[in-house]
Amino acid sequence: MSSGKSLYEKVFDKHVVKKLPSGQYQLFIGLHLIHEVTSPQAFGMLRDQKLKVRFPERTFATPDHIVPTSDQSRPFKDAMSEEMMCHLENNCAENDIKLFDMKKGEQGVVHIIGPENGLTQPGMVISCGDSHTSTHGAFGSIAFGIGTSQVRDVLATQTLAMAKLKVRKIEINGSLNPGVYAKDVILYIINQLGVNGGVGYAYEFSGDVITNMSMEERMTVCNMSIEGGARVGYINPDEKTFDYLKGKLYSPTSEEFDKAKEFWQSISSDEDAEYNDVIVFQGDAIEPMVTWGITPAQSIGIKGSIPALDSFNDDERPLIKEAFEYMGFDEGQEIESTKVDVCFIGSCTNGRLSDFKEVARLVKGRHVADHVQALIVPGSQKIKVEAEKLGLDKIFIEAGFEWREAGCSMCLAMNPDKLKGNQVSASSSNRNFKGRQGSPTGRTLLMSPAMVAAAAICGGVADCREVFAN
Amino acid sequence: MSSVEIKKISGKGIPVKGNDIDTDRIIPARFLKCVTFESLGPESFKDDRFDQEGNSKNHSFDNPNYKDANILFVNKNFGCGSSREHAPQALNRWGIKTIVGESFAEIFFGNCVAMGIPCFTVEKKVIDEIMLLIEGSPSVSISVDIENLKINVDGKEFDANIPDGPQGQLLNGSWDATSQLLENEKEVKDVASSLPYVSGW
Repeated sequence: MSSGKSLYEKVFDKHVVKKLPSGQYQLFIGLHLIHEVTSPQAFGMLRDQKLKVRFPERTFATPDHIVPTSDQSRPFKDAMSEEMMCHLENNCAENDIKLFDMKKGEQGVVHIIGPENGLTQPGMVISCGDSHTSTHGAFGSIAFGIGTSQVRDVLATQTLAMAKLKVRKIEINGSLNPGVYAKDVILYIINQLGVNGGVGYAYEFSGDVITNMSMEERMTVCNMSIEGGARVGYINPDEKTFDYLKGKLYSPTSEEFDKAKEFWQSISSDEDAEYNDVIVFQGDAIEPMVTWGITPAQSIGIKGSIPALDSFNDDERPLIKEAFEYMGFDEGQEIESTKVDVCFIGSCTNGRLSDFKEVARLVKGRHVADHVQALIVPGSQKIKVEAEKLGLDKIFIEAGFEWREAGCSMCLAMNPDKLKGNQVSASSSNRNFKGRQGSPTGRTLLMSPAMVAAAAICGGVADCREVFAN
Repeated sequence: MSSVEIKKISGKGIPVKGNDIDTDRIIPARFLKCVTFESLGPESFKDDRFDQEGNSKNHSFDNPNYKDANILFVNKNFGCGSSREHAPQALNRWGIKTIVGESFAEIFFGNCVAMGIPCFTVEKKVIDEIMLLIEGSPSVSISVDIENLKINVDGKEFDANIPDGPQGQLLNGSWDATSQLLENEKEVKDVASSLPYVSGW
C-alpha cells in the first residue's frame, strides 16, 4: 500500500509546469509579493531584456524596508529612499501591479499585508524577494524567499526553476507554560536544530502546541523557519485558518467559500504521510528565550547562563568566541539583568495586533525605565488603526513607549530607526546578526514581545513571568 | 538570450574564514539603498573590514597579497540570513567568480547559480588545507573544473561537489533560467487554469 503525501508534496506537484533538463522543476507561482528593495533591479532586467510582466494580477506590492516610521511626508528626507519609493510606484503603475498605497492607508510590511488582505491562502505557492516569506506558510502554503534574478523570472514568466526539498516534521507536543510564547517556541527550535539544521528541508510544524496557536502566533513560528536554515516552513490549515480568511478583501466570497475550503482541506498532509525526518519536542520544556550571540541559534532560557566555550565542538568555537567578543558576554554569565538601551516591538515576526494587545495588557499602568528608548511599531497601517480603536496607543504612550507609523523599522538598518554605537537592544525582530539594527557595533537580544516589554519596564533583561506576575 | 557555458574558472584564491557568515556581513543593509547593483562591489564585507573610525581590521579583502583574486574560499553555512541578491552581486562586482566552501545557505546558493557563480562544497579538511596553501603562497594558481568536479591548487587536486542540476545548468549555459522558463507558455497556462484559486472557485 502506498503511503500518503505531505502538504509540501501535494502543493508542489499541483504547481509543476515541467521538469527541466537540469533536473529542477518549473514551478507556477500563485502569489508574488514585491517591495522596494529587491524589485527595482528586477524591473531593470525586464526592461533590458525587453520582457513584460506575464501575470500582473498575481503580483502585489508594498513599500516597507525604507519607510520612515515618524515623518512619512513625501518626498522622504533621505533622497535614496525617495528614489526607491518612486521606482516602486512607477514600476507598479507601468505594469498594472496593485500597490498597497501609503496614501490610502493600505501599506505595511510585505509579510503582514498578504495575510491581512486574504491574499495568502492555503495550497498556494508564494514567493517574494525576502527571506521571511516563509511567514505565509502558516496558512498551509509553500512560501519562500527568492533573489532578484528570480523576482525577474517570476515577473516575466510567473514561474521559477526550483528543486524539490525534503520535508522534516517538527512536532511540539503538550502545552506551553504561562509567559511562553510562539517566539520562544521558534527560538527554541532553532537553538536545538541550529541555524543550518534546516538547509535542504521544508519544515512542517505540528503537534498540540501548534494546533492551539492562533494564526498570528503560527505566522511568528513560520516567519523564522529561515533562521533555522529552512527556506520553507508551513502548518497544515484547519478551521482557525479558514475562520481567519473569512471576509478578507481577497478571500473567496461567502458563496465560494465552501468550495475553497474543500480544496484547502484536500492539500493538507495525509495522516500516513511519509517524511524524510521527524523531530519531537515537548512544549513544557520551553522557557522564555533570549539570544546572547550573533546568530539566532545562540540563545538560552531567561534563567540560564551563557554556555561555556568547551561545551561546543572545535569547529564551532571560533564563532562562539567572536560572539562573546562582539556582545561583551563571557561564558557562565547570566543573561538576566543585562542592561538594555533600546527596546523594539514590531517587525514581520511580532508586529501584529495580537502582539500589541498582549503587550498593552502587560504594560498597562507601568512605565518604561528612564534610560530606555522603547518603540512600538505596527506592521501595517491597518493594524495601527485597529490598535488605536482599542485605545492601545494611549496605554503605550502613557507607559513611555513611542507609538510609530507602520514599517520594518529597527528590524534592519534601512530607515531612520537605528541603534547608535554599541547600544544593547531587546528586540522582537528575527535577526541578531552583527550590525543588523543599524550600528556596526550595535548588539541585539532577540526575545518575545512580552520579554521586550519586561526589559523596557525593568531597564534590563527580565523574566516576563515575574515582572508581570501581578 | 541563453547564458554562456561555464566549464572552468582559473585564477587566484582568497580565504574568508568563519562559519555562519550572514548576508548582513557580506553587504550591510545600509548599502541596500540602491536601485541598481552597480556600486556594491567596494562595499563587500564593509563592517568586517573597517571599524567605525575607518581603520582597517586587516580583512583578507584588504590584503594586497589577494588583490585580483577571483576564487573565494569559505567555511560552513556561508551566506545565511536574508535573500538579498545584493550579497552575491557585491562579491561578483568585487571580482569573485566562484566560491568554494564547507556549505552554503540555500537562497544564497540559488542566487549565485542564477548569476553564473558556481558554489562548490568540499570537506572541512580540504578547505582547511586549501586555505593554508593560499595563506602560505597567495599567488598560487588555482583552477576549478566544473565538468570533472576537481579543484587544482598548484598541481594538487581536490574533489569538489555541486548538485547535478546546477552543474548541468552551468555546463550547458542554462544557469540564467529565464529563457527556459519562457519556452513553456502553454504548460504554464494549463497549470494556471488547473488551480482553482487562479481560474476561479
